[in-house]
Amino acid sequence: MIVPIGWYLILAAALFSIGLVGVLVRRNIIIMFMCIELMLNSVNLTLVAFSRMHGNLDGQVLSFFVIVVAAAEVTVGLALIVNLFKLRGTTDADSVDALRA
Amino acid sequence: MAVVAQAEAAAGAGEFWVFILIGALALGSALAMVLMRNSVHAALMLVINFFAIAVLYAVLEAQFLAVVQIIVYAGAIVVLFLFVLMLLGVGGQERFTERIRGQKTAAVLLGLAVFVLIGGAAASPFLGEGAACNVPAEIRAAAAGETCVGLTEANAEGNVRGLGFLLFTDYVWPFEVMSVLLVIAALGAMVLGKREEDPADLVDQGESGVPAPFEPDEGSGDGSSTAGGARRADTDAEEGRS
Amino acid sequence: MTTLAFVGEYGVPDPGSPAALAWLIPVVPAVSAALLIIFGKRLGNLAGPVAVAVAGFAAIVSTLVFAQLLGLPEEQRALVTTVATWLEVGPFAVDWALLIDPLSAVMLLLVTWVGLLIHIYSLGYMHGDSRYPRFFAYLNLFLAAMLILVLGESFLTMFVGWELVGLASYLLIGFWFEKPAYASAAKKAFIVNRVGDVGFMIAMFAIYTSLGSLAFSDTLPQAGALTTGTAAAVGLLLLVAAAGKSAQIPLYVWLPDAMAGPTPVSALIHAATMVTAGVYLVARVSPIYATVPEVGLVVAWVGAATALLAALIACTQNDLKKILAYSTVSQLGYMFIAVGLGAQVAGIFHLLTHGFFKALLFLAAGSVMHALADNTDVWKMGGLRKAMPITFGTSLVAWLAIAGLPPFSGFFSKEEVLVAALDTPGAFGIWVVGTLVAGLTAFYMSRWFFLIFLGKPRYETELPEVHPHESPPTMTVPLVILAVGAALGGLLNVRPASLVTFWDPEPGFLEGWLEPSVLAFAGDAPYIAHGPAVFLVLVTGLVGIGAAYALYLRPAPEPEMVRERLGGFYTLARDRFYVDELYATTIERPGHLLADGFAAFDRVVIDGAVNGLGTLTTGLAGVGRRLQTGFVRSYALAVAGGTVLLAVIFLGGAFLTGQG
Repeated sequence: MIVPIGWYLILAAALFSIGLVGVLVRRNIIIMFMCIELMLNSVNLTLVAFSRMHGNLDGQVLSFFVIVVAAAEVTVGLALIVNLFKLRGTTDADSVDALRA
Repeated sequence: MAVVAQAEAAAGAGEFWVFILIGALALGSALAMVLMRNSVHAALMLVINFFAIAVLYAVLEAQFLAVVQIIVYAGAIVVLFLFVLMLLGVGGQERFTERIRGQKTAAVLLGLAVFVLIGGAAASPFLGEGAACNVPAEIRAAAAGETCVGLTEANAEGNVRGLGFLLFTDYVWPFEVMSVLLVIAALGAMVLGKREEDPADLVDQGESGVPAPFEPDEGSGDGSSTAGGARRADTDAEEGRS
Repeated sequence: MTTLAFVGEYGVPDPGSPAALAWLIPVVPAVSAALLIIFGKRLGNLAGPVAVAVAGFAAIVSTLVFAQLLGLPEEQRALVTTVATWLEVGPFAVDWALLIDPLSAVMLLLVTWVGLLIHIYSLGYMHGDSRYPRFFAYLNLFLAAMLILVLGESFLTMFVGWELVGLASYLLIGFWFEKPAYASAAKKAFIVNRVGDVGFMIAMFAIYTSLGSLAFSDTLPQAGALTTGTAAAVGLLLLVAAAGKSAQIPLYVWLPDAMAGPTPVSALIHAATMVTAGVYLVARVSPIYATVPEVGLVVAWVGAATALLAALIACTQNDLKKILAYSTVSQLGYMFIAVGLGAQVAGIFHLLTHGFFKALLFLAAGSVMHALADNTDVWKMGGLRKAMPITFGTSLVAWLAIAGLPPFSGFFSKEEVLVAALDTPGAFGIWVVGTLVAGLTAFYMSRWFFLIFLGKPRYETELPEVHPHESPPTMTVPLVILAVGAALGGLLNVRPASLVTFWDPEPGFLEGWLEPSVLAFAGDAPYIAHGPAVFLVLVTGLVGIGAAYALYLRPAPEPEMVRERLGGFYTLARDRFYVDELYATTIERPGHLLADGFAAFDRVVIDGAVNGLGTLTTGLAGVGRRLQTGFVRSYALAVAGGTVLLAVIFLGGAFLTGQG
């Protein structure tokens, strides 16, 4: 009943892909944002797995930093979403199309 | 020896079942989150997903990160998400009708491509017996290909101690930069969240037709500062009376 | 010919001596010009006296400098004062330095004193002009520029003055720019001068390349080290430069047109100072010409041809300033003959005397125009002797001087020029031309004088509305002073006794004075006996005067007869030998065609390319803009697609080849 590191990597890849599809498919900016968090977590998972693989803690330190960045990102991102909602009255990503040619 | 090997095999079996169950949970919750129409439900699915990943961290000998995952992600970040969802009142159903032609198909195809590429290409060298950390060390060493080292040595004095040592020695500079980043993020969020003096400046009605959330009875923002100034003057006068 | 070498010893003036303060001479007028341009309107009529004071200051300092040089031993009279470093680029260094030596000192005196007189004259002449302060600002600017030109210690500083003089000349010729003809005259002068300037610049490049310096004190003593080819090239290029400034063939055409400027300007710039810059240049670089006397001979022949051509044209003109203008061109030709043959002293001598009598003639012409409401046609004048006695008297002196009658100044300087031609082997032809021109000069100047001042007062019928009167003292005083100079200017280079024994003049002051500054390479042995030649020239002049008397004064002028006799040639000369027209067809029209071609090329090819690029970009953008849906998710899709593509390239390759 072996569990090679590759399994974790495949699981992380699956989570990453699901998150990616979520970002691309969902229109609610908050849910898109959640999907991005999911993608970040999947990357963290690979980092931790590799940390175990190589027998040092550098990967875990990097994961730790990723968590910090994610926290900062969520803070600012949610503030932006709140402002966007103030402007547009909706969190539909497709309503923000000022760049439309 | 045989007893030890058996015990280790049992531990390996434990990790195997944990991975199967928790991995399935993580996948299922992630899929559910993407497919849920109700965003509050989606957020709850995300919490489940984070818990699952925390368990995997623990299995991967990253006890500290497992705890941090629960406290920061499940405890703080998702709560923040929920808070914003509640604040904005957009927890309702989302229509899944697609405005962009081919977006869904392309997205799913891309997702599959990413999965195949990362999961296949990147993970393929790590599928052998040697890359399985729950296998006795001598078997691992004997196996061909990549070898899992394991964190037994690195975590000898405890995972938290090991991480802390690294953070305050090799990674002290990025660590300090992180603290600055957090301060900047906090300040940025405060500035962004600050209430504007004249909401008319912020309101860009566009075609949505939704009135400005703060002054619903104001005309659709002509952006004239004189109007805003007059309004402020009125408020001042009322305050003066009261 | 003996081997000539230019010694050229240069010293530094004692601190505190006038020469050490010589930088004030150009700087004060320059500052004054700037201030007058800025504050002129507020000063109003005060601007004139201010400018006069500045010119007076320059004249006095110049005189002090001259006096200082007089007191120094002959071999210590070349002084270099360095004011500041101007350029320093690697080994190339140019200083703001002044060269004060006998040659520049003489020029200083001429420029500042004649300049001062003309400033004073302008007080009266320009009175009431709407841009009165501006005029004096320009005059000061010109004075500063001319002084930089004269004092510059290197080719480059001299060139700065050279260009500034051109600028000031442009501004002054076009002073009444409201008249399009005047404005285009200014433009013509400027452009023709540019042609000469190009020659100057290329000459500078050649000198720097071969001698490694531009300073006179470095280059001139080394002139003998130049290869014959380089020296010849430099000499010819400097001839082009000098011909531009000094109005010689083929670049003389601007000077007659420059008479559009106010008359004091004509006197200051186009008779006494600026046009002599070319002569000064050739005299200054005489060590270079000394190494290639053949090029000097070219210079002399250019001068001779110019003198003859301009004299012929002058005989047929009817505009009193145009006659003087062509006369100036002709006299400058004499100076070129002298400096080209290596008789720099004679050239500078004629330059000085000409500065006196030609400035005087112009100022007298201005006085006449002033009295006759700016009419310039000599046929509408006549008999002004009684109405304007001072102008008449001074003009009489100038006429006698330029016609070459002893003992007036023009006789001696012209004689020296012609004697130089006699002394030089192979220059006899120049002497013949020079003598002929002397006769023509006497003829056209007599014609000018007779038609304006003698005979019947034709203005009474032609210009009934004017009542001629003598000009105010600010105008007549300079006339009188200049008349003294024109009469006695000969004393600059002959001993007083020679005023009587004019046929064999003994060399005077200038001869020894200029010796350290220039390298005279003219022969000094009489090649042909002087005495008879002198009388021959004198007789030619008298014949000219007599012919003018017969044609224009005796009972009544009979110009028609000359016209009939000379027929086509007269017309040719009257129309200035069609040189302007020749330039118009050979240079201007091809230039226009070329410019039209370039314009078309610019419109079609260059603009076409640019516009085509623009159209192409717009077209592509029109296609590309459809990609911009404005949806965040579309962009995210693109980003994800790009990522996958990169992953395929980096990971997929390894995966497919089986390399983990």
